[in-house]
Amino acid sequence: MSDRNDSYKPWGPLAPSRRKLLAGMAALPALSMLPRPSFAAAPPTSVVNTTGLAVTDSEVTVGILHSVTGTMAISETGSVEAEKLAIEQINAEGGVLGRKIKFIQEDGASDWPTFAEKAKKLLVNDKCAAVMGCWTSASRKAVLPVFEQYNGMLYYPTFYEGLEQSKNVIYTGQEATQQIIAGLDWVSKEKGAKTFYLLGSDYIWPRTSNKIARKHIENHLKTKVVGEEYFPLGHTQFNSVINKIKLTKPDVIYAIIVGGSNVAFYKQLKAAGIDLSKQTLLTISVTEDEIDGIGGENIAGAYACMKYFQSLDNPNNKAFVAAFKKMWGEKTVIGDVTQAAYLGPWLWKLTVEKANSFDIDKIAAASPGVEFKGAPEGYVRIHENHHLWSKTRVGRARPDGQYDVIYETKDLVEPDPFPKGYQ
Amino acid sequence: MNENARLFDRSELMALAALALLLLVILPLGLDVFRLNLVAKYLTYAFVAIGLVLCWGCGGILSLGQGVFFGLGGYCMAMFLKLEASSVANTKIQSTPGIPDFMDWNQLTQLPFFWQPFHSLTFTIVAIFAVPAIFAFIVGAALFKRQVGGVYFAIITQAIAAILTILIVGQQGYTGGINGITDLRTLKGWDIRTDQAKFILYFVEVAFLFATVVAAQFVRRSKLGRILVAMREKEDRVRFSGYSVANFKIFAFCIAAVFAAVGGALFTLEVGFMSPSFVGIVPSIEMVIYTAVGGRLSIFGAIYGTLIVNFAKTSFSESFPQLWLFGLGALFIAVVLAFPNGLAGLWRDYVQPRLDPLLLGRSAAAAKWAGRSVADGAAAE
Repeated sequence: MSDRNDSYKPWGPLAPSRRKLLAGMAALPALSMLPRPSFAAAPPTSVVNTTGLAVTDSEVTVGILHSVTGTMAISETGSVEAEKLAIEQINAEGGVLGRKIKFIQEDGASDWPTFAEKAKKLLVNDKCAAVMGCWTSASRKAVLPVFEQYNGMLYYPTFYEGLEQSKNVIYTGQEATQQIIAGLDWVSKEKGAKTFYLLGSDYIWPRTSNKIARKHIENHLKTKVVGEEYFPLGHTQFNSVINKIKLTKPDVIYAIIVGGSNVAFYKQLKAAGIDLSKQTLLTISVTEDEIDGIGGENIAGAYACMKYFQSLDNPNNKAFVAAFKKMWGEKTVIGDVTQAAYLGPWLWKLTVEKANSFDIDKIAAASPGVEFKGAPEGYVRIHENHHLWSKTRVGRARPDGQYDVIYETKDLVEPDPFPKGYQ
Repeated sequence: MNENARLFDRSELMALAALALLLLVILPLGLDVFRLNLVAKYLTYAFVAIGLVLCWGCGGILSLGQGVFFGLGGYCMAMFLKLEASSVANTKIQSTPGIPDFMDWNQLTQLPFFWQPFHSLTFTIVAIFAVPAIFAFIVGAALFKRQVGGVYFAIITQAIAAILTILIVGQQGYTGGINGITDLRTLKGWDIRTDQAKFILYFVEVAFLFATVVAAQFVRRSKLGRILVAMREKEDRVRFSGYSVANFKIFAFCIAAVFAAVGGALFTLEVGFMSPSFVGIVPSIEMVIYTAVGGRLSIFGAIYGTLIVNFAKTSFSESFPQLWLFGLGALFIAVVLAFPNGLAGLWRDYVQPRLDPLLLGRSAAAAKWAGRSVADGAAAE
């Protein structure tokens, strides 16, 4: 306590008014009442940081790298908010190995080269001990060589196409098979679906996902794909494909349309008289965030296959949703990726504490087997391949923009980024 | 006349020396490798800006599609590097080892025919110059021969930029799609990702930049350059004097395209990947903005303009991640409204007249200002 009193001395001649001083002194005992987490027990920096990361005796710096400007900002903002919430909560609990987390935020500006530049800055200049970031596959592909070259650690939140595994990345979202197979099994069993129409935006994630879906539909479920079509990003004219859907009458429309195109697609579907309470539509690309833009009434009745829905009924999630709304406002919605982004800082903290070190090599090695029991989606565990074991769930969209969870896998689904028989 | 016979006059020589001092001594000594690599990245756009000085500043041909040529050069380089990075040993995890990873994801089982020649570095280097030159020639010939110019030309170049982006994004099996061509590693076995390599590449790039400056200055000082300026000011008079206006325009457009392509190829080497986000309309317009901020009539102005705008972009975005785009927008509006001839115009009107008496002696300076002409790049009133 004595050195806290010393800090009043530098004021010298500018002595504070007596009242202020008294008030300050009165507050001093309160300081000792603050939780004083394991600062004393914090291991020395020289032990836990042997590679020159930005770790001091009291602080550790991490990076947040998402787009807060440009077309992706609308999707990535939720991830930034979730990561900041997690960091604040971890700090309130005493930080990581007795060190408070400080974050440096950089803007990827929805531009892949900018992501690479900023990733390099966070690793080379700021020596971040970990980076939470990226959203699109393109941005991840752009930063991956940077993380591998400078030996950084990226916590990547988005569900993605798989076909990738790196020592320097922890994938907190689902790879494609985790999101697709259980959902198709469910729709085939529950709805007796025999024919599928596959739709997607034209880039690597929808294409790879539909490839896996097609193999599963044809080889495992022994049912039929009656159509498969792709649209450029930002496409807004879906009338011709909607006509084809009307003609072929598939049991299931399987839609992987992303971003703003969704708004046009679901509105035109409704306008064309396709009633989603009768026609089964299964999507893996529409979270609560997207429904915000589409409008709940336009998509009500559709099924989505995710690992997390805001409406999940468990104590972890209730606490998470309440804390998130308290920090970011009552109106915010939480989608699958936002929850996955929230896992990043927590998994990193748990891994660092397991390894008792901030060194990238040590946390990369310690990651497999790390468990997070407080995840809003329920228990998760990191696999040897740096992806997460997690459950797959199916939800049905309600007019108010939320999902009713109607199915979840009994066990955690194993991540399999290089699925045999699906390539 | 004597003054014009020389490639660089005295003040331009000084500007050249100052630039050399900045790029070869001050920046390498003053910046760490990360920042130096950023400068290297910015300088690749300076090639485009120099091309625009010739084509737009001198020739009056506003191209809003320079990203196309930057991209063509960059993609040629990226294809070579990607093939080198996709050796059978590196890609044995794929269903078809030995082809680039994105082809494997798109179920291609063999290398497309147009990728084959990019196994050769010699072919690649020739292609970096030839592909954009031929493409610019075709576009230029198609438009200028029909006397399409001005705004219509600008719109068409913009459309070409959009078309090429859509083509690259749509044909992802062949081009890497929106992800671009990533994870480039070595050039003939030399690892381009190390700090040492970045350092060497920086100096290689500066050497190319000076070669480009000299080439551009040569064009400007030649009779050809004077015809370009004449065309900008009164195209019909030049035509009635018996010159083939279209051919001169095609030439200016082609040379700007080649400069842009060299910049693009160096960009790929410096940054380690290429993506359609450099080809489209937005980057093309940004490149015009660099030139405008620096001064479209001045080669050196364009280089400084590129550096300053990009520095501002990086530092704004590092300090104010949420607001930086507004700051950048405000900067452009301010520059264009207040100084239509950019930073170079500011320098020429305010700084140079005060500097000259000190450097040249009073009488020489007076003589120089008296002899200043339209051909030196000053806009005709």
